[in-house]
Amino acid sequence: MATDIAPHATAAELPPPRTSVGPLAWLKQNLFATPKDTVLTILVVLFLLWVVPPLLRWAIFDATISGTTRDVCTFDGACWTVIKMRFGQLIYGLYPPEARWRVNLMAVLVVLSLVPLFLPWLKQKLLYGAGVLIVMPIVASLILEGGWGGLQQVETNLWGGLFLTLLISFVGIAASLPIGILLALGRRSNMPIIKALCVTLIEIVRGVPLITVLFMASVMLPLFFPPGWSIDKLTRALIGVSIFSGAYMAEVIRGGLQAIPKGQYEAANAMGLSYWQSMGLIILPQALRLVIPGIVNTFIGLFKDTSLVLIMGLYDLLGIARMIVASPEWLGRSIETYVAAGFGFWIFCYAMSRYSQRLERKLHTGHKH
Amino acid sequence: MSSGAMIQLDQVNKWYGQFHVLRNVNLSVEKGQKVVVCGPSGSGKSTMIRCINRLEEHQQGRIVVNGIELTSDVKNVDAIRREVGMVFQHFNLFPHLTVLENLTLAPIWVRKTPKTEAEETARHYLERVRIPEQADKYPGQLSGGQQQRVAIARALCMKPQIMLFDEPTSALDPEMVKEVLDTMVSLANEGMTMICVTHEMGFAKAVADFVVFMDKGEVVEQAAPTEFFGNPRSDRTRLFLSQILAH
Ligand SMILES: Nc1ncnc2c1ncn2[C@@H]1O[C@H](COP(=O)(O)OP(=O)(O)O)[C@@H](O)[C@H]1O
Ligand SMILES: [Mg+2]
Repeated sequence: MATDIAPHATAAELPPPRTSVGPLAWLKQNLFATPKDTVLTILVVLFLLWVVPPLLRWAIFDATISGTTRDVCTFDGACWTVIKMRFGQLIYGLYPPEARWRVNLMAVLVVLSLVPLFLPWLKQKLLYGAGVLIVMPIVASLILEGGWGGLQQVETNLWGGLFLTLLISFVGIAASLPIGILLALGRRSNMPIIKALCVTLIEIVRGVPLITVLFMASVMLPLFFPPGWSIDKLTRALIGVSIFSGAYMAEVIRGGLQAIPKGQYEAANAMGLSYWQSMGLIILPQALRLVIPGIVNTFIGLFKDTSLVLIMGLYDLLGIARMIVASPEWLGRSIETYVAAGFGFWIFCYAMSRYSQRLERKLHTGHKH
Repeated sequence: MSSGAMIQLDQVNKWYGQFHVLRNVNLSVEKGQKVVVCGPSGSGKSTMIRCINRLEEHQQGRIVVNGIELTSDVKNVDAIRREVGMVFQHFNLFPHLTVLENLTLAPIWVRKTPKTEAEETARHYLERVRIPEQADKYPGQLSGGQQQRVAIARALCMKPQIMLFDEPTSALDPEMVKEVLDTMVSLANEGMTMICVTHEMGFAKAVADFVVFMDKGEVVEQAAPTEFFGNPRSDRTRLFLSQILAH
């Protein structure tokens, strides 16, 4: 029988046809494949031709960056001189220039402390992370606030600019995960009191805008402390931001928890794992992985929302930008200042979003469901 | 019924809301005995064996496992779960952990076994279920039959005295049923105390000391396999067997 069938010859390996490789083929496939594509491509190109050249002219060709005062500026192009002259303020706020090295030192310390989290051979990452979370705030307040051992004291109301934005978002982000996890677990708890507490907190915080939470934090928090105690504006803002982001994070994480099949809980229980062991080893690692995009979204939202601390009299990146715009020396150069501040926000948000994409891809290589 | 029973259920009752899912269930399993539980879908088979390791709570009656009575005392529950392994219909492997990590997790965290020793044990049991080469893969990369064998090995790694199986082959493609059943038969031959919910009648005939037939939450009939298949006493059993053997 088998002899009746012609033996199956292995086809020779041929190079791909010329039309399917190279830049021309790419253009044809991606931009001009159908008449509709062609029309769209032409429209987009026309739009870009209309928008980009004036933008470039304003931002680069007709722009000024020399000089030190408003007098060098023209109204044809951007005047980056304002950014050059006030760059320090945009970054450090009103932090005294001679003490700015302390902010830089702190930034280096933060980056260094994060490095071990990316080392594949460090197994106790959670423990390490918790340690960092406890130690860092103490180190930060010692270095940044000073007032000991010859370090000049710098009141927190002088802190500002990108530095303050990063500080608040860092604290908010770092606090939001543990707070969010605890609230999410509490919301699914069998214990009615814990559940009710968590639901109430989450729903109240989520039902009001951050600006209200910040306002409540600045007005109401002092009521909880004994008279004579004062907590500074920054601490109040940090507490407000942490609770706010924690409540949002709780709902994101709850979504992940709900997506984990019941069988995972049962298998963990049947093996004799305790509640915290099954959460920490089985459920949360899977649930958090599922909601990375949501978590990063919350981070990005939080990062941008930090500008609302303005209402508490704190000057984050946007607050400083507004201050510069309002100053008599730079009156009228608001576009440049806001563009620069916006660019500052964008860089960090974009970096976060890229990092989350990488993380997702990395975590999904191991297993498919 | 001797008091030396490994698993003892006395007049166990359970309700889901108004629904009476277990009715006066009695069962006694001696050390080393193999029990096959069968019955129509929804008759309470899963509920019964899940009461034995307290994945479900019974509301009336007594359940004693390995000399420890199941009460709401968490210590008793933990003690029993350490001695009872369970294999589920849908495997329930942990998809974010490798096969080896799936196997060593409970020994390390529950039994506090040193990691190297736990890994040695894990590799030994992977050998036993004949997939030693899959240790570093993730569950999602294995076939259904392989996954179920990993799940069996995972339960064995805790060195349990009792194994519970809840329809371990019913989610498998037909060609993979045999490899899982073979593993279970060899386990049975080594003297493990086993309760298996299954409709694999060949398996029941080969290894079961007795077969328990459940219907509507009751144990209707309990007999040795030859007796059970050859000479069923109740009409309900006969009806069920005719349906099962029809296809
Ligand atoms: N968590 C639950 N809540 C309410 N009813 C349930 C629950 N689990 C099972 N049941 C019901 O209890 C009955 C017995 O279920 P089960 O023990 O899974 O049956 P079997 O395993 O024999 O098919 C079924 O009718 C099922 O619908
Ligand atoms: Mg069932």
